Amino acid sequence: MDKAFCTPLDITQIEHNFAEINPAMSAAEAMQEANRCLYCYDAPCMHACPTHIDVPGFIKKIASGNVIGSARVIFDANPIGASCARVCPVEVLCEGACVEKTLIKKPIEIGRLQRYATDHAMAVDKQIFEKGEANGKSVGIVGSGPAGLSCAAYLARLGYDVTVYERREQPGGLDTYGMAEYKMPQSVSLSEVDHIARLGVEFRLNTEIVAGSAETLGPVNHVGVELLREWHDAIFLAVGLGETNRLNIPGEDLEGVIDALAFIEQIKTRDWKSVPLGRNVAVIGAGNTAVDAVTQAKRLGAENVMMIYRRTEADAPAYEYEIELAKKDGVEFHWQTKLIKIGGEISVLALLCSKPDGTEFAIECDMVIKAIGQQKMASFFTDITGVDVDEKGRVVVNGQMQTSDPAIFAGGDCANGGAEAVDASQMGKHAAEGIHHALTGESVQFAGSSVKPVEKTAVHHH
Amino acid sequence: MADLTTNFAGLKSPNPFWLASAPPTNMGPMIERAFDAGWGGAVWKTLGERITNVSSRLAALDQGQVRMIGLNNIELITDRPLEVNLKEMAECKKKYPNHTVIASLMVESKKEAWQEITKRTQDTGCDGFELNFGCPHGMSERGMGAAMGQVPEYTCMVTEWVKEVSDIPVIVKLTPNVTHIVPPGRAAQKGGADAVSLINTINSVIGVDVDTMIPYPNVNGMAAHGGYCGTAVKPIALNMVSELARDAEFNIPISGIGGINTWRDAVEFMLLGAANVQVCTAVMHYGYRIVEDMIDGLNNYLDEKGFASVGDIVGKSVHRMTDWGDLDLNYDVKALVHKDKCIQCNLCYVACEDGAHQSFEFEEVDGKRYPRVIEAECVGCNLCALVCPSPGAIEMIRVDAGGPTESWRQRTAGN
Ligand SMILES: Cc1cc2nc3c(=O)[nH]c(=O)nc-3n(C[C@H](O)[C@H](O)[C@H](O)COP(=O)(O)OP(=O)(O)OC[C@H]3O[C@@H](n4cnc5c(N)ncnc54)[C@H](O)[C@@H]3O)c2cc1C
Ligand SMILES: Cc1cc2nc3c(=O)[nH]c(=O)nc-3n(C[C@H](O)[C@H](O)[C@H](O)COP(=O)(O)O)c2cc1C
Ligand code: SF4
Ligand code: SF4
Ligand code: SF4
Repeated sequence: MDKAFCTPLDITQIEHNFAEINPAMSAAEAMQEANRCLYCYDAPCMHACPTHIDVPGFIKKIASGNVIGSARVIFDANPIGASCARVCPVEVLCEGACVEKTLIKKPIEIGRLQRYATDHAMAVDKQIFEKGEANGKSVGIVGSGPAGLSCAAYLARLGYDVTVYERREQPGGLDTYGMAEYKMPQSVSLSEVDHIARLGVEFRLNTEIVAGSAETLGPVNHVGVELLREWHDAIFLAVGLGETNRLNIPGEDLEGVIDALAFIEQIKTRDWKSVPLGRNVAVIGAGNTAVDAVTQAKRLGAENVMMIYRRTEADAPAYEYEIELAKKDGVEFHWQTKLIKIGGEISVLALLCSKPDGTEFAIECDMVIKAIGQQKMASFFTDITGVDVDEKGRVVVNGQMQTSDPAIFAGGDCANGGAEAVDASQMGKHAAEGIHHALTGESVQFAGSSVKPVEKTAVHHH
Repeated sequence: MADLTTNFAGLKSPNPFWLASAPPTNMGPMIERAFDAGWGGAVWKTLGERITNVSSRLAALDQGQVRMIGLNNIELITDRPLEVNLKEMAECKKKYPNHTVIASLMVESKKEAWQEITKRTQDTGCDGFELNFGCPHGMSERGMGAAMGQVPEYTCMVTEWVKEVSDIPVIVKLTPNVTHIVPPGRAAQKGGADAVSLINTINSVIGVDVDTMIPYPNVNGMAAHGGYCGTAVKPIALNMVSELARDAEFNIPISGIGGINTWRDAVEFMLLGAANVQVCTAVMHYGYRIVEDMIDGLNNYLDEKGFASVGDIVGKSVHRMTDWGDLDLNYDVKALVHKDKCIQCNLCYVACEDGAHQSFEFEEVDGKRYPRVIEAECVGCNLCALVCPSPGAIEMIRVDAGGPTESWRQRTAGN
């Protein structure tokens, strides 16, 4: 790619632009904030957290000075609690439900407090959980994203021999390759993976699970799924989603048209000058990924960044606060704008768009980032592992995360169609419980598996 | 503008706010600054024999983000030479003729010693004396301070010695480290005291450093019990003030001390019988400037309530204090949750469930879950309303018919 087709900013400026949007708290800040928490009972924030972390519990431990105890509460319910502290959409989850938001419009900064506690545990290199006594059983996990990691951590704690197969060079799934760089750098995701590895979980990287029963070694090893069945007592599929959907319009293959995931992945190398970047950048779509693309293109210094979406602002799948962030960053919005064609000879020069009333118009543009959602992994399930998918291409699982094949479990984006990292983590937890039940007949419930209903004491006064 | 001037046992002050004898009244220049800030009077840091103080001397109790809700000290009386204090006292009084300057005294339990210091100090032109029978640490080990205040006969005797030679009003400062405050109060009156002040500090150990395992405050690896004061002691002081105010035999003025931070605290002391108040810890925390809002707030309060003078509120609530056995057993209140103000923290629920009478259940309204009081179970203890963080979300409502009253004493009268 053309040398000029990259950021015009100097490195110091870019580093500044990509500073963490939710920075670490100082001890004084954490104390102040922790003490502000009311310590609600059967707390709304805990209900709202998909992994049901005992939020008041971990916050009060920060306030009492028991920070390691606090981190334990968090990791007990969410093995990727350090990543989630940074990437969770807290505005619509725990913090959105906080009673302090209702009372004084200032929710407790639960995410940053969670970061404070987990950072502390990581900084003092505290091994919070240990591998359980070996139970002689083995589980193979395909995919090392949030779902796979969470399942691996719980199974290791129960004494399973766990192997995670990951086709990428680095573990962590989208936590490592997909999170907006101003939310979380790769180092955090990788150190979290490291803590899970220390529970005795084995990671086989550069290893893709394919059909058949052969194992071929190469730059990327191929392992047939039938081998997994041989090697392991159960399999957990946490393969996430597939490639970005195609636009299926003329000009899609011109130089300068890039898929949002690839764009973000390149940013995450922090080799800023290697990231392709035009002057007039159009991002197609208005979901979470599209927001991450526009905000990062802006931070890299693109002169003009546009978000182009077929429907209205109200229809945008991104959260309201995300759109607000994009607005604050100076992104230009083209609502109800349908992309008809990308114009250019070799590389992108303009977009041809239309409005609902049929009027057509052109937008000057030298880079297009596609962010219209990812494909489902339907064929992986049907053709390679032979388990059922639903009409939307999602693998079908029961409450225990078991697929149509009793030895195969699945969870995360591949099962829910794409949600948040924290949802994938919870599914990994449920899968670990399901696998344990299937292999041993024993029931186990990890912290935050579900919210236990309040048990009212029987009254005996009169 | 209400009249804030006070005449406390013949001691006239521009307002009822005095500084208690403590570090804020350590020396003349400090007291002069305090008067400039608005304080109506000051009780000089206790004078007596030369002593040596230790370092460190203070330690505090924090609650969450709130610093110093209680303060503990092991400081003794003044460590400055008596001549210097007396010289400054004379100068200060000359410069501030309309402010009240009280000399606090404490010497060994000998008549000559007490009379000697009384006479010498009197020559400064100070307005009155306060006899420190309260210091609970250090001085008490030498037979002074609380050691005297804890024995009513000594209190009476020393008061008599001072009264014999004093031409100006004598206040006796009482120690709270007694089982019952009335006997020492009556003893002071019997000895001829013109007034009492209370409370001095309470015996206390504030805590232990759990890393070094050395209790606070650390003096070269050791600690000694100290005297407790500040916000946390206010309820104890209010009780003692009100007990003296209710005592039929006790009828000299009371200067209220202990945990006063604001005009509101001061008003509470006065309603329960204090004719003026003294402040220490709040000034040690925030400085002399706090008196500005004390004066302003008191003024506005009196105006709002329609009182012409601060003296009008003194003792107004004393008749509302009684013994438990005289309380009405038929009065009945029950908690009510106002859903529009409820933020669903469920603190009321758990408090009642684990700390009271299991009188809450949940109800679902418009997809939200609210706590609801089971009236038949509620004993009307107030706990839920006390823990509720949302103002007005829980109201205690009277439910009895307002019929005849009956106290425990009445109920058991025939037995
Ligand atoms: C751009 C982007 C930004 C996002 N931002 C946020 C955010 O800020 N906050 C948030 O909470 N969520 C965010 N999400 C969503 C979140 O990343 C996902 O919900 C979460 O990562 C799903 O976890 P998972 O384990 O199911 O899948 P993934 O994280 O996708 O992990 C799947 C893993 O499986 C591997 N794999 C796939 N097939 C094979 C195979 N055949 N053999 C071996 N390995 C295989 C993949 O390489 C990958 O590492 C974002 C998603 C995207 C795309
Ligand atoms: C450091 C310190 C030193 C004190 N020294 C004296 C003293 O010398 N004489 C005395 O009568 N009281 C002394 N006190 C007690 C105060 O005068 C006062 O009675 C007590 O602090 C309660 O009031 P507060 O709650 O406003 O502080 C001292 C208090 C403190 C904190
Ligand atoms: S809802 Fe808010 S105040 Fe209540 S426990 Fe959760 S974080 Fe604390
Ligand atoms: S007043 Fe006491 S008993 Fe009644 S509901 Fe409240 S806490 Fe429970
Ligand atoms: S304590 Fe108050 S705000 Fe909290 S649930 Fe009860 S009534 Fe509602």
